[in-house]
Amino acid sequence: MKEELDVLEETVSRDYQYGFVTDIETDVVPKGLNENVIRLISQKKNEPEWMLNWRLKAYAHWLKMEEPEWANVKYPPIDFQDIIYYAAPKKKAKVNGLDEVDPELLKTFDKLGISLNEQKRLTGVAVDVVMDSVSVATSFKKQLSEVGIIFCSISEAIQNHPELVRKYLGSVVPMTDNYFAALNSAVFTDGSFCYIPKGVRCPMELSTYFRINTENSGQFERTLIVAEDESYVSYLEGCTAPKRDENQLHAAVVELFAHRKAEIKYSTVQNWFPGDENGQGGIYNFVTKRGICMGDYSKISWSQVETGSAITWKYPSVILKGDNSIGEFYSVALTNHHQQADTGTKMLHLGKNTRSRIVSKGISAGQSQNSYRGLVRAGKHALNARNYSQCDSLLLGDKCGAHTFPYIESKNKTAVIEHEATTSKIGEDQLFYCRQRGIDTEAAVALIVTGFAKEVMNQLPMEFAVEAQKLLAVSLEGSVG
Amino acid sequence: MLSIKDLRASVEGKEILKGINLDVNAGEVHAIMGPNGSGKSTLASVLAGREEYEVTGGSVDFLGKDILELSPEDRAREGLFLAFQYPVEIPGVSTTNFIKTAVNEKRKYHGQPPLDAVSFMKLMKEKMNLVEIDKSLLTRSINEGFSGGEKKKNEIFQMAMLEPKLTILDETDSGLDIDALRIVANGVNKLRDENRAIIVITHYQRLLDYLQPDFVHVLLNGKIVKSGTKELALELEEKGYDFIKDEFSLSEAV
Repeated sequence: MKEELDVLEETVSRDYQYGFVTDIETDVVPKGLNENVIRLISQKKNEPEWMLNWRLKAYAHWLKMEEPEWANVKYPPIDFQDIIYYAAPKKKAKVNGLDEVDPELLKTFDKLGISLNEQKRLTGVAVDVVMDSVSVATSFKKQLSEVGIIFCSISEAIQNHPELVRKYLGSVVPMTDNYFAALNSAVFTDGSFCYIPKGVRCPMELSTYFRINTENSGQFERTLIVAEDESYVSYLEGCTAPKRDENQLHAAVVELFAHRKAEIKYSTVQNWFPGDENGQGGIYNFVTKRGICMGDYSKISWSQVETGSAITWKYPSVILKGDNSIGEFYSVALTNHHQQADTGTKMLHLGKNTRSRIVSKGISAGQSQNSYRGLVRAGKHALNARNYSQCDSLLLGDKCGAHTFPYIESKNKTAVIEHEATTSKIGEDQLFYCRQRGIDTEAAVALIVTGFAKEVMNQLPMEFAVEAQKLLAVSLEGSVG
Repeated sequence: MLSIKDLRASVEGKEILKGINLDVNAGEVHAIMGPNGSGKSTLASVLAGREEYEVTGGSVDFLGKDILELSPEDRAREGLFLAFQYPVEIPGVSTTNFIKTAVNEKRKYHGQPPLDAVSFMKLMKEKMNLVEIDKSLLTRSINEGFSGGEKKKNEIFQMAMLEPKLTILDETDSGLDIDALRIVANGVNKLRDENRAIIVITHYQRLLDYLQPDFVHVLLNGKIVKSGTKELALELEEKGYDFIKDEFSLSEAV
């Protein structure tokens, strides 16, 4: 309750809070993309040959692909030769602990309110921080390793756990999957790797904070989470980016792999720079996120709060292969000013008695466009598959748009697929009711929007829910007269 | 406390209030009666600051302030409370959360720190008893799926929580059964004291039986055409508005 009120206070006149640049020496590969750049990236990361070959194969494939145009978003053509594909903060020596981390970097995290020290001391959350492309600090490794959990950067995993990476990388999102996934496969620089052994319940929420820092450096994160039989993990991903005038491309790939009776909960708060009021700048966020419930009785749950980015193109999906497996997607997507979001999910029912649930809450303000795009497919063998989808849109003002594109494909007569959709506007009556009680318009909008998104917010881990709620309020600033 | 002078207001170019004069002192209960379309609810909306209504003339002084200059939220924070005829639903926002936000916004306006959770809960408990409101209502989304009686009780509960100087009950009795009416009226009566004033807008005598107003005014065609004591309400109940209309048109003619 206290936090809610703080949110209201903070709503008043605030610009993008995280728009600052950290001055850190960076190690940058020249602009542009060709085989040599990929070799250089691989070499800088000291990768084994199989990894390089994998990248080159993805690159060769990407060259043959066309940029997708089906999404309900508009942006000028991206010049892929005008992007820096690798930028790593220069390391003076190998980092063994926090005290060896660049103080500038630590200051940045302080500004973001995610000081590692604080995190470590107070919250018990292990943080694998991705600053630009290279992970510079990983904490709580020891505690995790005691139960056999591997939580490290994907680069480290390639070095230290090549057998796991080779087995799972590209197994859920193949390098040929789509244009941006192929690009990511060729040039990904870093990301997180997480492996939960059989029967282990991860003792803490695993959390990674991403941050884009070098101008013009596209970020190509690669995350891979593998949960063995009867294991459980909750993973938090949150990101903020410094303010920039030039568009920055972000094309991440996240793969989740759940074995029998395993459960993976993946929560995201996305707050990349959305561009200014006139639609200048902002991040292009083209993400491929997919999980597979490989084993029977496994479960994958995506929760996301998307408030940032100029353009969001993102469909966290679940392949329900194991019998009795469960897929969930809870989303709040908020767009303001000139932001465009085309986001949703795919629930692909392959196994028997598989269940999925989709709750999508879209909030549009300003002149933004917000689309929900979702596919529910029940395959031939998906006996008794069940899906429930609920897509609600809330409009603020009359210059924005909300769109819903549900696709349903059922090849099995026993499947039951339900879809409900509503569109509403924040009514004058609601605002006046609040104002008559002494709650001003801005605070009233925050209250109404938070209420609208409540079902999804409730899915987020506590510490994330608070941040997400603040984000909603801050992102709507200036959206009402 | 409240002094309305020659208040005129129109909506979409049509004049609804055609020169209202009314003085309300602390401790008083005024009833405003009148047939449909006479401007009763418009008066309530204009006082609360609803923006669809354009004030075209006159003044409203509330505790020494020209409230027509204030935003609706500031009027509320100054102590003006409107119990809505049709309380509005806000999905996902619990009644408790809504009221807590309102209480603390008001406190902030008056330079007071927000109530902590414990004091707030204590205050809630105390006021809940006044209006016999069910606890389960407070965790539900405000007004969503509430019965007519629950909505009105909730309005009075909010009134109790916000402790306004001036309360306007806009047809609070409409849609209430006898039991709910009694509970609502008892709640209002418990909140009456010499520092507060109440304006009751109603069609019927029955709410007034419980509230016992000090003054009764009859609003007709955007003007207060007759004022009196509670006996006037009884007369209206007996004879209907026609006798006023006749009387009024007669005096207009003269």
